Amino acid sequence: MTENGDATPLVVLKDVNKHFGSLHVLRDINLTISRGEVVVVIGPSGSGKSTLCRAINRLETIDGGTITFDGQPLAAEGKALARLRSEVGMVFQSFNLFAHKTILENVTLGPIKVRGVARAEAERRGMELLERVGIGAQASKYPAQLSGGQQQRVAIARALAMDPKMILFDEPTSALDPEMVQEVLDVMVRLAAEGMTMVVVTHEMGFARRAADRVVFMADGQIVEENAPDEFFTAPRTERAKDFLSKILTH
Amino acid sequence: MQALIDEHRVILEAFWLTIRLTLASGFMALVLGTILAAMRVSPLPVLRAIGTAYVNIVRNTPLTLVIVFCGLGLGLVLDVSFSTSLSTNYLWLSIIGLSAYTAAFVCEAIRAGINTVPVGQAEAARAIGLTFMQNLRLIVLPQALRSVVAPLGNILIALTKNTTIAAAIGVGEASLTMKTLFEAHGDAVVPIFFGFAVAFLVLTLPTGLLFTWLSKRLAVIR
Repeated sequence: MTENGDATPLVVLKDVNKHFGSLHVLRDINLTISRGEVVVVIGPSGSGKSTLCRAINRLETIDGGTITFDGQPLAAEGKALARLRSEVGMVFQSFNLFAHKTILENVTLGPIKVRGVARAEAERRGMELLERVGIGAQASKYPAQLSGGQQQRVAIARALAMDPKMILFDEPTSALDPEMVQEVLDVMVRLAAEGMTMVVVTHEMGFARRAADRVVFMADGQIVEENAPDEFFTAPRTERAKDFLSKILTH
Repeated sequence: MQALIDEHRVILEAFWLTIRLTLASGFMALVLGTILAAMRVSPLPVLRAIGTAYVNIVRNTPLTLVIVFCGLGLGLVLDVSFSTSLSTNYLWLSIIGLSAYTAAFVCEAIRAGINTVPVGQAEAARAIGLTFMQNLRLIVLPQALRSVVAPLGNILIALTKNTTIAAAIGVGEASLTMKTLFEAHGDAVVPIFFGFAVAFLVLTLPTGLLFTWLSKRLAVIR
């Protein structure tokens, strides 16, 4: 943590709006994320939660409002935007490991090309991170040779290799076979416990209960409710949230 | 048959020139074509427009016109000179014409290759902080090029045959030499013709096989 930054929030979204053509996907979003906080975003599909997540590192542009990261408004493009993105890790639903690079190269590319770290040092650190997520033995393989769960753990290691100030998870377990979900969630729970700032878009309610500091419930492009996980799951305040929870928790 | 044996030195020299024309133009077309493809996918509208205009104009102009323009327009009118030797000068002017023309096709092949790279690859690259150029150079183009090895092989085969048009500005490659030999050996036109046709097959068939093999070897497994 920086000396001057502890108390200031890491991310502030203020009156954020976005349209996809005539579809209003983000409506007046106000959200503040503190350092070290784990925010889980849930909601029905099409509620705008992925768009919200992607807007934070500007993979989606916004039409109105402001997003500040670490006190600075998001740069529109160019070097400044690249620098911002290097400080925000991202884990995608479809892993998106670089298909033509080995596992180790996937993890070292950012440090070497973006941060200018020496190859030997980047590889040492990369191996350390791969060991940490349990993929050390696969370092010289290519992504297509790994299972989905392994690929997603590599993707997390790739994000960690940049020493990010936060990591965005955009439905990290939705594309996984059921038996591989847990191995990815375990890594994420450990990260949360270590104090990483995380925004996690997910349908994994168990993860939300276990690791989240706060649950944000979205529907129709709006934040309908936000609360601590225990309160949210046991006593949702809005009809919309009650309805959503009744549908996903009964079976 | 005797004519082919008597003139084998001249014939081999002519094909050696064909090979050099092909390799030099092929290399320059690959470089220029890659740059054009990068321009056509760049976020800057000006670069995109220039790339598109180039491809549409050059691809739709007959190669003979392009070569003659390079020989007469660049060579004689604009006095572009690479060498005091006239034949070397026209050789380079024809290489310019062949590369400029072939680059338009290379560009389109690579652009098709870029479209085969999943959007997520470029997104992941942006998300770790790579700039547009780094993204293109390290992530998108390497994957795009690997997926278009076979079409690039086709372009190289077409280029090999297209080098015969350099004869239009007097470059002594295979086809011009063939015409000269026709005049010297009027009784052996058919054997000479088949000799040259087979020699072109000897160049192009292995190219096709090599590129098919390469395309399998280099394919990105997803």
